[in-house]
Amino acid sequence: METTNKSESHPILLVLFWAYVLIPLGWGVYQTFKKAMALFQ
Amino acid sequence: MSGFFSKERITASHGYNRWLIPPAALAVHLCIGQAYAFSVFNEPLTRILGVKESLPEDWKLTTIGWIYSLAIVFLGLSAAFGGKWLEKVGPRRTMFTAACCFGGGFILSAIGIKLHQIWLLYLGYGVIGGCGLGLGYVSPVSTLIKWFPDRRGMATGMAIMGFGGGAMVGAPLSVMLMKHFHSDTSTGVMETFAVMGVLYFTSMVIGSLAIRIPPPDWKPAGWTPPTEEKKMVTKRHVHIDQALKTPQFYLLWLILCLNVTAGIGILGQASVMIQEMFKGRITPEAAAGFVGLLSLFNMGGRFVWSSASDFFGRKNTYFLFFALGTFLYSMLPNFSSEGNILLFIAAAAVILSMYGGGFSTIPAYLADIFGTKYVGGIHGRLLTAWSTAGVLGPVLVNYIREYQVAHGVAKADAYTTTLYIMACLLATGFVCNLLMREVHEKHYMRHDQVDDDSLNG
Repeated sequence: METTNKSESHPILLVLFWAYVLIPLGWGVYQTFKKAMALFQ
Repeated sequence: MSGFFSKERITASHGYNRWLIPPAALAVHLCIGQAYAFSVFNEPLTRILGVKESLPEDWKLTTIGWIYSLAIVFLGLSAAFGGKWLEKVGPRRTMFTAACCFGGGFILSAIGIKLHQIWLLYLGYGVIGGCGLGLGYVSPVSTLIKWFPDRRGMATGMAIMGFGGGAMVGAPLSVMLMKHFHSDTSTGVMETFAVMGVLYFTSMVIGSLAIRIPPPDWKPAGWTPPTEEKKMVTKRHVHIDQALKTPQFYLLWLILCLNVTAGIGILGQASVMIQEMFKGRITPEAAAGFVGLLSLFNMGGRFVWSSASDFFGRKNTYFLFFALGTFLYSMLPNFSSEGNILLFIAAAAVILSMYGGGFSTIPAYLADIFGTKYVGGIHGRLLTAWSTAGVLGPVLVNYIREYQVAHGVAKADAYTTTLYIMACLLATGFVCNLLMREVHEKHYMRHDQVDDDSLNG
């Protein structure tokens, strides 16, 4: 079976790709957390 | 073009870093998770013509409600029918198709809003978008299981956590966009749909481009597959069609369906429930905060519980879900009558974390029982349990409550019966899980059948 042998696993790529999904997720969690805090005020 | 999407093209080299796969899956699940936040559009969609207030010609809430219901039904149908196709063509083509359906569904709905044609929204977000939801949901899950044979639960938990998180991104993003595009002549919903369609399409395509499948003989560095076959974790494979002939498939279907129905029992009416059960002590703002808190636990539970199931075992994890869930549901009316808000909130939060955990642990449970080869397709068919619970759950809960209120039961007490019924559903789930055994010998594929199928697939 033919496989892709290019180096696709550069650490910077890894960090960038994780940041790409975690930044919007973190923003969403922060917005929800702010809303949830109203319960304890 | 077909080569670009082929399984051969996306088969990674042995040195490929498997930690690039979870963000590819998250890029898709964070988008399709928006479905949970669809309700933010409900009210603005009722005043498309009137803008400031609803006109008689504007759509009614009951008319709009069908958009989400259709999307959930088509999620289940497309996952059930598309799962087998996914195993044949691989995750890149399926994820790309999901991106076209989900993004395209938003764009078609935007046109529907512009022309004020509700059937375009039913077709756009409901049917086509729903197909995008189903295909997008199942496509990265089996790939993750193959990349993380040592941590199946954690791997599926990461992706399915994204689905829970998608609503947290989708809801404030929609509100922000609607505010931005709002004018004297527009509610801003049409423009928001168009922008979100483009955004979600782009993000899902990025996920589909990044996805890779492991080479056939690949295993994680330093990991040796256990030499002895663990009880309830098979090394063999059951074909998708054969899986439907096993009692295990139907037991797992019931397990998922009951767990989801019970979770919806709280999630669907959390805001009203806490305000009525603690009358005068919980403001509408605090109730909205309660819903937010439950969403956080729903999302966190998806990762935490499925990761924990790698250590406890899948069957034990579901035992805990059902036993603890039954106990906590039965205690909620007591906490309410004692006026103990803190315990009520804590119990509801734990229940919701197990609701999320039930979603994310099920693919790993399927892989343990039926093997990893066709887990994507089998998972797709099992998701019809979610569609069933998504439609029946709220109906069941609302009808029981309405019936009681109509028969003179106080609003605060009307929830008691509902909560006890939810506890009974979870107790039934406990029995289903208790009945789970390994698949009978006759259902497994022979080695030559697995190899033949690999060549054809």
